Amino acid sequence: MAILKDFETKHFPTWCPGCGNYGIWTTVKQALVKAGFEPDQVLIVFGVGCSGNETNFLHGYGFHGLHGRPLPIAHGAKIARRNVKVVVIGGDGDGYGEGLAHFIHTIRGNPELTYIVHDNQVYGLTKGQTSPTSEKGYKSSSTPSGVIEKPINPLSLALAAEATFVSQGFAGNAVHLTDLIVKALKHPGFSLVNVLQPCVTFNHHNTFQWFYRRVYDLAKEGYVTNDRMKAIERAREWGERIPLGVFFEEVRDTYEEDLPQLAKMPLADEPLDDIDISPLLKELQ
Amino acid sequence: MVTGLLFSKSCVRAGLKAFDYTEYPSRIRGGHNTYLVQIGEQEIFSHDRSVEILVALNQETIDLHIEELSAGGAVIYDPDDKKISVVRLRKDLVYVPLQMAKIASDIAGNRLMRNTVALGATFSLLQFPKEIAYSIMKDVFGSKGKEVIQQNIDTFNGGFDSVSKQQIERFGWKLEARESKGDIVVTGNDAISIGAIAAGVKFYSAYPMTPASSILTYMAEHAESYGIVVKHAEDEISVVNMAIGAGHMGVRSMCATSGGGFALMNEGYGLAAITETPVLIVLVQRPGPATGLPTWTGQGDLQYALHAAQGEFPRFVLAPGDVSEAFYMTAEALNVAEEYQSPVLLLSDKQLAESHETVPPFDQSKIEIRRGKCVTQRQLNAQKDFKRYDVSVEDGVSPRSFPGMKAGIFIANSDEHDEKGFTEESSENAIAMFQKRQRKFEDFKSKMSQPKLVGDKNADVTFVFWGSVKGAVQEAMKKLKEYKTTTNHLQITWLSPFPSETVLKILNASKRVLLVENNMDGQLGQLIREQTGFEIKEKILKYDGRPFFPEEIIEYINKE
Repeated sequence: MAILKDFETKHFPTWCPGCGNYGIWTTVKQALVKAGFEPDQVLIVFGVGCSGNETNFLHGYGFHGLHGRPLPIAHGAKIARRNVKVVVIGGDGDGYGEGLAHFIHTIRGNPELTYIVHDNQVYGLTKGQTSPTSEKGYKSSSTPSGVIEKPINPLSLALAAEATFVSQGFAGNAVHLTDLIVKALKHPGFSLVNVLQPCVTFNHHNTFQWFYRRVYDLAKEGYVTNDRMKAIERAREWGERIPLGVFFEEVRDTYEEDLPQLAKMPLADEPLDDIDISPLLKELQ
Repeated sequence: MVTGLLFSKSCVRAGLKAFDYTEYPSRIRGGHNTYLVQIGEQEIFSHDRSVEILVALNQETIDLHIEELSAGGAVIYDPDDKKISVVRLRKDLVYVPLQMAKIASDIAGNRLMRNTVALGATFSLLQFPKEIAYSIMKDVFGSKGKEVIQQNIDTFNGGFDSVSKQQIERFGWKLEARESKGDIVVTGNDAISIGAIAAGVKFYSAYPMTPASSILTYMAEHAESYGIVVKHAEDEISVVNMAIGAGHMGVRSMCATSGGGFALMNEGYGLAAITETPVLIVLVQRPGPATGLPTWTGQGDLQYALHAAQGEFPRFVLAPGDVSEAFYMTAEALNVAEEYQSPVLLLSDKQLAESHETVPPFDQSKIEIRRGKCVTQRQLNAQKDFKRYDVSVEDGVSPRSFPGMKAGIFIANSDEHDEKGFTEESSENAIAMFQKRQRKFEDFKSKMSQPKLVGDKNADVTFVFWGSVKGAVQEAMKKLKEYKTTTNHLQITWLSPFPSETVLKILNASKRVLLVENNMDGQLGQLIREQTGFEIKEKILKYDGRPFFPEEIIEYINKE
């Protein structure tokens, strides 16, 4: 069985000291170990952004794709080898801005992917512009007078798109987040883990302290995870109290299960030497 | 199946050759639609301008096409349609009244079956045995049951008998059935799809876009029986990234689109190049820019395709010129993609994509599947330190491992990366990786097939072209024989890498070089000048969304 170190590379993270990414990085490694994976059994697809740089620090098959596009790469990869665990790691700008269409459409199909979003409500790598999850009025270098738009709510969007596993963690609570990611990794279908992650360099509003005062654990309030409408209600909670934990989970057929082509063996292992096109030619006569 | 194709297939079953071409506006129904079928005893590479039978379902058709009819040709029209009038029209034509709507309603209870009535009438005019039509209808409507077959046959006979009774003797053309040669009637899009299936594509993604859509529907229709996953994704960005994801895992993957969709794919195209992921992208052109002429044809995207995506990387671009080439070159493009671990771009256009050509059945035994360099688990076990992007390889191609394999871990990284895929921005590494990828291109260039001169030796005229223009050029060459003009042609199938030396040698030795392109800029001409320094001065260019008629090429030659 793998240990934590097996998921580390020779590169040490280049994030700012105190960045919430360190916490997420640690919990992802721990969760992969706890869920029983070896580095060569997983493909981790990254978006582009501060979170995407994790590709260099996390040992396993990696795919560092394009900004906003990790989900389609992961979906294509999962269809090709459904026996490989596919995890997607991206940021809020990546997944909820540039790649929002993929977020909704991937959820619809329920492929077995675990999607971990580093949601720091700001563009870190490009030095502090507003993000799709920045709060209304948030002042940044691209919105010096404050953001006019209301923020995206990824949890309620996912719930509305019929997601089968929707959860939220906090980079400042590693134990809780590890547990959440393990659950997500074990979910047979698409699982979203939105991680609230303070950006210590550029977001001076949503700080660790700001979150510590607000976050609470849904599980400790006797919340049950099988009611989508109640989940949407909780997902809309923001401000004085911010819920953490699993909002909703259900089991339904995955994208892969609905494809008879994938029933026998991984698509990539299909032999190519017994293809006969003569019936196709006959149709054209 | 549309009636025009029933006619094409009937002729081919009777041992003749057919080529058909459709025009339609970009809307679901209505507007002026045409279906043109050209029939001959010998191979036909393109339709020409002359029409012998015009089936006019409305007055607009008569107005628009009456001048195209050969003297003695026939116009089939519905005398019950009060909006149609054939008085005071050309005197050298035969006007055949046919109560299409009435016969269709009486027999099938559906006036939309007018086409089938007209098909019967056409058979009668041409004295073509109706049993051939019966056999096609039995095959085409077989799945819909005996009643549907019989209804179609009866409706067909309604038209056939109506014209037979009129004893039209002035019509001078006749079709004689011969022994069937077993030919197939196939479009470029069908050929690309079948080529892909034969070559082992197991993942196909697309977003509908004319004129590429019928590849998607073809692949979807045959997906389950060939164990292929077909994904209609939310947009072309997703399409290309999914195909890359599947290609990364070791599945032969392909996607197709037209210019607008390819524009969305550009970033992914570069991603496949830097991560060295095989994927075949088919670009079926239509005239642009933007939405342009969505249902028409053109070759305006050549220079765009050659330069698509940011940055410098080997761009493998090829273009078939007819349906047979579309089949074999699609399969070959998939081999090149995997052997050189690279995206490959195959260019087609609406004329090739949607026109039916008659050819002998494709020969699957000529297709070889070559997967390129991949490591085995045993090799990985024996190695201490697997380097997916090993720069020491002479041909630039370093063996692939696949997720799930032990000891084969690497990162496919859109950032410039080191031999294991870790982000690496040093000067030395950047140069090494640029050169590694470029060496793949040089290696392929040294092995690729070279273009050949086809036709008369020391010809008066050498035609130079790429893509579907081939059909019109071949037809023109046939007819130019009658004018005692000797001709040959130089078709460029691999546009990048460009076979510079061969092309220059051929052009230098040619008497009169003529560029034929379905675009405004003469983009192949530009490419040839860039790559060889040879400037082709004579150009026949057409950019109105319509394919070339052979006559246009012949007229150009004869007027000089």
